[in-house]
Amino acid sequence: MAVNVDLTTIWAFIIAFAVFAYVVMDGFDLGIGILFPTFNVGPERDRAMNSIAPVWDGNETWLVLGGGGLFAAFPLAYAVILPATYPLIIAMLLGLVFRGVAFEYRWRDPGHRRYWDAAFTGGSLVAAMAQGMTLGALLQGIEVVDRSYAGSWFDWLTPYTLLTGLGTVAGYALLGATWLVWKLDGESQHHARKLGKRAAWATLVLMGGVSLYNVFLNAEYAERWLTAPEIYFAAPVPILTAIVAVMLLRALSVDRHSKPFWLSLALFFFGMAGLGVTMWPYVVPPGLTIWDAAAPERSQIFMLVGVAITMPLIIGYTAWAYWVFRGKVADEGYH
Amino acid sequence: MFEQLDALLLARIQFAFTVSFHFIFPAFSIGLASYLAVLEGLWLKTGKQLYLDLFKYWLKIFAIAFAMGVVSGIVMSYQFGTNWSVFSDIAGPVIGPLMAYEVLTAFFLEAGFLGVMLFGMNKVGKKLHFAATLMVAIGTFISAFWILSVNSWMQTPVGYEIGANGQYLPGESWWDIVFNPSFPYRLVHTVIAAYLTTAFVVGGVGAWHLLKDRTNLHARKMFSMAMWMAAIVAPIQIFAGDMHGLNTLEHQPQKVMAMEGHFQSHPNGAPLILFGIPNSEEKRVDYAIEIPKASSLILKHDPNAPLAGLDTIPDDEEPPVGIVFWSFRIMVGIGFAMLGIGAWSLLARFRKKLYDWPMLHRAALVMAPSGFVAVIAGWITTEVGRQPYVIYNLLRTADAASPLDAPAVAASLLAFVVVYFAVFGAGVWYILHLMHKPPHAGEYGVKRGDTGPIRTAGITPGPTQNPGSDPDTLPAGREEATDGR
Ligand code: HDD
Ligand code: HEM
Ligand code: HEM
Repeated sequence: MAVNVDLTTIWAFIIAFAVFAYVVMDGFDLGIGILFPTFNVGPERDRAMNSIAPVWDGNETWLVLGGGGLFAAFPLAYAVILPATYPLIIAMLLGLVFRGVAFEYRWRDPGHRRYWDAAFTGGSLVAAMAQGMTLGALLQGIEVVDRSYAGSWFDWLTPYTLLTGLGTVAGYALLGATWLVWKLDGESQHHARKLGKRAAWATLVLMGGVSLYNVFLNAEYAERWLTAPEIYFAAPVPILTAIVAVMLLRALSVDRHSKPFWLSLALFFFGMAGLGVTMWPYVVPPGLTIWDAAAPERSQIFMLVGVAITMPLIIGYTAWAYWVFRGKVADEGYH
Repeated sequence: MFEQLDALLLARIQFAFTVSFHFIFPAFSIGLASYLAVLEGLWLKTGKQLYLDLFKYWLKIFAIAFAMGVVSGIVMSYQFGTNWSVFSDIAGPVIGPLMAYEVLTAFFLEAGFLGVMLFGMNKVGKKLHFAATLMVAIGTFISAFWILSVNSWMQTPVGYEIGANGQYLPGESWWDIVFNPSFPYRLVHTVIAAYLTTAFVVGGVGAWHLLKDRTNLHARKMFSMAMWMAAIVAPIQIFAGDMHGLNTLEHQPQKVMAMEGHFQSHPNGAPLILFGIPNSEEKRVDYAIEIPKASSLILKHDPNAPLAGLDTIPDDEEPPVGIVFWSFRIMVGIGFAMLGIGAWSLLARFRKKLYDWPMLHRAALVMAPSGFVAVIAGWITTEVGRQPYVIYNLLRTADAASPLDAPAVAASLLAFVVVYFAVFGAGVWYILHLMHKPPHAGEYGVKRGDTGPIRTAGITPGPTQNPGSDPDTLPAGREEATDGR
């Protein structure tokens, strides 16, 4: 699995970066949506919501970059994956509609706040599940004939995709809980810590399950993880994941504020790295490699210029926006 | 075969439905973001509380409209792949990068600064807050720039090559693709349309409050600002529309034939058909009311210039005439009505009764939603007039769809219709509720829950800390009224 560094490879890494940024950033605010019903009605819920209100839109923009970037850099992959997972994508979009408007609506209409809170949770849950299942559908392989999807309606629905969907829900819940450990204090923080521990265990078990399943799913995947010389590239991933997992569980047991969140990010990072090892160099297994699906060089160069100029700026002002709203949400309650 | 056809029709309806719904929100938020920047700028410059009050009044409305724009927009960015996958594969190398640029230069900018704009007034200081508002406004414009470039390229494709695998590939120069022949016209016309749409909403709200209380200073200021926009910008829009039409005549003649209802060619000067009922079967306009030779005068600046009609176009290349003919007339009719209101307001100013002329206020109130109607009618003209092609003269709509079965598309269409009407209906209701309240001194900003730090109330603390006293929310219902635990 030699990595041949060309424009297409660079683009594969850029898209992977956008997807990772999306997963961790929208992950924690979708996770808060998933955990929302466990918070007490009133100030506790309000504070959880306030901790993400100024940043959720920016977080979700990474999804548009992931989708739009795929369209631009790997148009054929975009044109195959979306019809293959049509019901999942539509469900995800509708889920995001419900949860996105809930941020504004719940303050406007206290009389129906419970319903918008339910829409926030339901939308977040559906979106997370659909995203996880889409990933599963991609990993288990998509049938392509003549540059277009050739499978049938429900190919995306298998025990494996259900497992990846649940894993994603658990993972997002972990991110959401650890974010709240960081942003809340007192009783609420204690509650978030408890949720974090449960979500961490669920995430680890499901991640393990998916990894094992992968080995049986596809001979090629198994070969990649279990034989030399590939195993030398692959082995560090599970080992580091295990170390991070232990540290995370420990950080959640002691009085740490931001550490559990950073460790959850690390966990996701290694999960993503594992995915990379599994899929490379395919963008749509089993048939399409990144080179099969890539846009022509002129398109890649044109966009690369844009990414090189704008990405540092985007990261800069996004960081600034997070900085403006730093600190515990409750600390500065009344002033 | 039949099933294929149905899936196609459903996919078209779905795209038209989702994009029309989406565009309602940008049409408003592009204009409103700029209006907010102007208000905040005036406040910083003059220090007058009135401008800050108006800023906060409209900020709450903006927050809701923007949220609806974002969620409906995310749907759009995936519609290309879900419903038009062949189009995505073939045209992706050309239009994908333009859309990626939109994400990088516009969406991140808007979203990154939106949080500070809505909730950061106390946290970053006035100047920096104003900068954030400006960034959001500029972001909405950049977004319009790229997406209209994409759409214009689909109308007037240039600068591409056809690859061995059938894809359209970018040619030597991206400049040619971005600034394709219809783009400058479409950009100017659409952005002005957004400004006019917002102006008429603001004017309508001002008029409504003037009708209830002529002395309301906030309502007076809103109304006056909006009427200046109407008086100055409506004529510019008509001029821009005319230029746009001439450009279309050059590049997409059959669209203009359909707009004008010219089934037949007119070798010695074509009439302008004001009204009539296009009859595509018989290829004529029934009950036509016409001005002889006027169409040639407008389009060719010569009453006797010959104009070709749809009889010169093969039947399977004709756009649906009835829809285009009517939507065009609705837009143009509204354009002239806007001009009329603008002129009337000038007269009222001249006679010093801008705030004391209830008939004018009533007319402005009726016209409040007209911008939305004109904008949608304009897009329908543009898009239906391009049919049967999705990329003009290159790719037929029928060849662009995804390999989906009709029931799948029907189910998702139904879901979109139900969800959009429910969710966006509620949002529009909340916006109307906010507009219904008169703007007043010491206006509240967008604020989060009563325990939250993140709010803009700043200038007037006191009452905002009192749970349940927020005057901007709907009356509280039963159990959660006090939000207590
Ligand atoms: C003339 C302007 C215009 C037009 C023709 C369109 N949009 Fe739009 N769009 C905007 C102007 C805009 C905006 C003003 O920039 C919005 C409105 C609210 C917002 O957040 O940004 C937006 C939001 C918005 C978003 C959410 C961005 C975010 O996460 O912040 C997406 C993904 C799209 N749009 C995508 C599309 C697609 C795929 C379109 C074509 C089919 C489209 N828009 C037509
Ligand atoms: C926001 C403004 C827009 C509105 C209101 C709008 C409206 C419409 C309408 C009404 C149709 C249906 C036409 C028909 O089926 O007869 C349509 C079709 C279509 N438009 Fe647009 N459009 C907009 C922007 C765009 C943009 C920016 C693009 C391209 C990037 C685009 C691409 C398409 C495509 C692919 C179709 C489907 C093919 C078809 O049914 O014609 N549209 N649009
Ligand atoms: C009398 C005045 C007007 C004239 C002559 C006019 C002319 C035109 C023409 C010819 C088109 C079709 C362009 C194409 O070929 O694709 C168009 C489209 C459009 N019009 Fe107008 N228009 C007028 C007023 C308005 C007003 C008042 C609004 C909104 C407030 C508006 C909004 C639009 C929009 C959004 C489009 C679609 C985007 C585009 O293609 O630019 N128009 N107009």
